[in-house]
Amino acid sequence: MLIRHGGDLTENDVTPRDVYLRRRDFMSGLIGGGLALAGGATAGAEAATGLKGIASPYSTKETPTGRADITGYNNFYEFGLDKEDPARNAGSLKASPWTVKIDGHCNKPGTYDIGDFLRGNPLQQRIYRLRCVEGWSMVIPWLGVPLADLLKKYEPTSKAKFVAFETLYRPSEMPGQRRAVLDWPYREGLRIDEAMHPLTIMAVGLYGESLPNQNGAPMRLVVPWKYGFKSIKSVVRISFVEKQPRTAWNDSAPQEYGFYSNVNPTVDHPRWSQASERRIGEFRRRETLMFNGYGGQVAGLYSGMDLKKNF
Amino acid sequence: MDRRALDRLVYGLVWLACFAPLLWLAWRGFNNDLGANPIDKLIRELGVWGLRLLIVGLAITPLARILKQPRLIRFRRTVGLFAFAYVLLHLTNYVVTDQWFDWAAIGKDILKRPFITVGMAAFVLLVPLAVTSTNWALRKLGPVRWRKLHRLTYLIVPLGVIHYLMLVKADHQPPLIYGAIVALLLGWRMWEATRKRINRPARG
Ligand code: HEM
Repeated sequence: MLIRHGGDLTENDVTPRDVYLRRRDFMSGLIGGGLALAGGATAGAEAATGLKGIASPYSTKETPTGRADITGYNNFYEFGLDKEDPARNAGSLKASPWTVKIDGHCNKPGTYDIGDFLRGNPLQQRIYRLRCVEGWSMVIPWLGVPLADLLKKYEPTSKAKFVAFETLYRPSEMPGQRRAVLDWPYREGLRIDEAMHPLTIMAVGLYGESLPNQNGAPMRLVVPWKYGFKSIKSVVRISFVEKQPRTAWNDSAPQEYGFYSNVNPTVDHPRWSQASERRIGEFRRRETLMFNGYGGQVAGLYSGMDLKKNF
Repeated sequence: MDRRALDRLVYGLVWLACFAPLLWLAWRGFNNDLGANPIDKLIRELGVWGLRLLIVGLAITPLARILKQPRLIRFRRTVGLFAFAYVLLHLTNYVVTDQWFDWAAIGKDILKRPFITVGMAAFVLLVPLAVTSTNWALRKLGPVRWRKLHRLTYLIVPLGVIHYLMLVKADHQPPLIYGAIVALLLGWRMWEATRKRINRPARG
């Protein structure tokens, strides 16, 4: 147990940008060159103390989980299977430069630099609950941009019924990809109305800093009413598609991980109960809330649907 | 050093080796070094060490025969009892720290979650073996009946492996490796048993 905190600087992170970052011991994944632009005129100045986001009414008032736990206890199989592996191994990921490929049913497909992708969208702070399908949860102060604001720019057509996402596939930097534990690259998907929902964000930071590699640098999806694995990390491709896309966990165990995977205490995972969860840092389990407590905002997306069948 | 003292020293070392993982876990616990989810970590570590010691217990007889070191057998009960202790702590952790005596949830888990059903079955079968591991019980049962009863391990250890295999999310490699070792150890016994059966009438 030498490395307990994933945010420690590794050689891979040493770039000229660090020179003016005072709290560089926090910096692990550097955001693509464009992020400073994305935050608007003030972002550059803020980089001295990290990132800042506009407070949001969507944030919970619950106490955020400690930073060491958020950055030291991760499921990111691309960097290993144990919870501590990503913090240990993700230093090898080069999160800059970074491009994202937009394709499928939209008017402006192309491959965009992350700076261009994010440009013009002020960062917001979203303090969200995160519920892992394994039965534990955290509260995470994300910094990000509503996904809808990002996607609209590419003008999805009426054929875009779903949005598919892909994680980087780069075994040389992602040692976990050298074994076929999942069918790489990691893939996820949302219905278009889920993707465009105001709660859905593309996160680029947490705790006032750019995303550490083990949390999905340089940008990852956050869909707070779904189990954590839906919130795909290190996104390199976004596709507007007509048919429900295949997803990595659904391919791996279709009877256990459905396409929707909404947090639902009444639908158990075949192998364990989903009725309760352990909030990291707490001793006693607490009851799991329908839609992870976001039912007020999202229940309408599923009206008339049988959520036991569409789990 | 005379034979007695050497024996005692070796026995002490075996005892310590069995105890060490627990000490190590306790030490890490006290130092807050079990990660963000210490309860889950503890359950898992205790489960794996229980399984490992069960497998070591299964390996002693073949090793004693192959290496022609019959006195190794004297460690078998110690290792087995330690395995039981780890499994008992594993179960206790589940009941106390994980579920906090929520008997309704625990009962549902045992009935509804096949991996817990199998683990529980393995535990229940282990209890009579642990209880009969005193010298008094051994004498009372007599060696033949005692050995017969303790062949339950041939069922218990595979159940432990199946329990592990069933709870894994994506990577089946570790339980499969343990399973392969168990298959080898049980395979050796079957081979020995058939060999003896074939040899006996020839001699008689
Ligand atoms: C001979 C008996 C048993 C053996 C050898 C055993 C072994 C194991 C092993 C090897 C693991 C996996 C650890 C890992 O993933 O690293 C495990 C996990 C677990 N076992 Fe057992 N176990 C036994 C009995 C039981 C019993 C009786 C229960 C409860 C009634 C139980 C509940 C659990 C639970 C809840 C987990 C953790 C699952 C998770 O965290 O997702 N086990 N056990």
